[in-house]
Amino acid sequence: MCSAPDQNTELPAGTDLSKESVLVGKVTNGGSPVGGAYVRLLDGTGEFTAEVVSSASGDYRFFAAPGTWTVRALSRSGNGQTEVAVSGPGLFTNEVQVA
Amino acid sequence: MSRQDALVSADWAEENLDAPNTVFVEVDEDTTAYDGGHIPGAVKLDWKTELQDPVRRDFVDKAGFEKLLSSKGISNDDTVILYGGNNNWFAAYAYWYFKLYGHQAVKLLDGGRKKWELDGRKLDTEVPQRSQSSYSAKEQDTSIRAFRDEVVNAIGTKNLVDVRSPDEFSGKLLAPAHLPQEQAQRGGHIPSALNVPWSKAANEDGTFKSDDELRKLYEEQGLDSSRSTIAYCRIGERSSHTWFALHELLGETDVKNYDGSWTEYGSLIGVPIETGPGQNDSGKS
Repeated sequence: MCSAPDQNTELPAGTDLSKESVLVGKVTNGGSPVGGAYVRLLDGTGEFTAEVVSSASGDYRFFAAPGTWTVRALSRSGNGQTEVAVSGPGLFTNEVQVA
Repeated sequence: MSRQDALVSADWAEENLDAPNTVFVEVDEDTTAYDGGHIPGAVKLDWKTELQDPVRRDFVDKAGFEKLLSSKGISNDDTVILYGGNNNWFAAYAYWYFKLYGHQAVKLLDGGRKKWELDGRKLDTEVPQRSQSSYSAKEQDTSIRAFRDEVVNAIGTKNLVDVRSPDEFSGKLLAPAHLPQEQAQRGGHIPSALNVPWSKAANEDGTFKSDDELRKLYEEQGLDSSRSTIAYCRIGERSSHTWFALHELLGETDVKNYDGSWTEYGSLIGVPIETGPGQNDSGKS
């Protein structure tokens, strides 16, 4: 229940985007996807909220809530982060570049 | 208990992979991580299918634990080194569980899988063959396990430490943010609980903060060290991580983990629930 769901881009059956705020994105390095990165979701105060491991294609996914979030990735090829503003329910796509 | 009794570094682990009477055990909920590559020689333990009773909501009983460890080839005098994904949540849970059944020589690998992987240390797909042992467990040590009535009675009298994220604590989210938010139980926290997210006890790479940093953290958050403490989260695994920090690293004496945690408490009829930020919160969302 607390492990990372399958991090492919397809959302699990039953995900209701009129109710849930879903963050999806890719970890990249020089344009290439980075699999196996540790992707951390931090809330508006910088507090850790969740962490998943990116898929072989660099994808990650979080179920969040409205607010400002930081997505931070740690990988063997470096770290990076990006901010995401979630205005309400729906799908929010982003990218984290590591170097 | 102290840090050197309870925790080993990745460097130490790497040098002791073949040490006698030492068994590395990877603990995960999703064991595909182990199958894709694990610390050489490590055996796997499945948090859900092996440590939980398949029917009742409870742990496997003493005889079940003996059978499990015997089948893994773990003996009473082995030193068990636990590690796993999710910042060692399930490994910390297994650590607490091994202590519950009286296994003395158990340690946690600092940083777990994450640090091991980020350091680029060796992973292996070969599954070790260990011969069957004859493990003998003790009766559960309930001095480290809290049950629901005790938790209700602890409101306002013991330290209740809710180690979930601030949004789960306030009732905004019902589960960690990498999971669908479909749970039916009520959101919020146990009245009088302090919110000290488990993650404050860990560095970004998954290692534990220093004893000084940990002591300062819990002091600042208002933990009264003259009182007993009960830690909880959603299903009891993140609170095992905090139980480990308080009881095993800092040596606080009366600390229990409430494994029923929010999925039990938030579904009880008639118990008090508080929503919104906690008393130790400094104006967070």
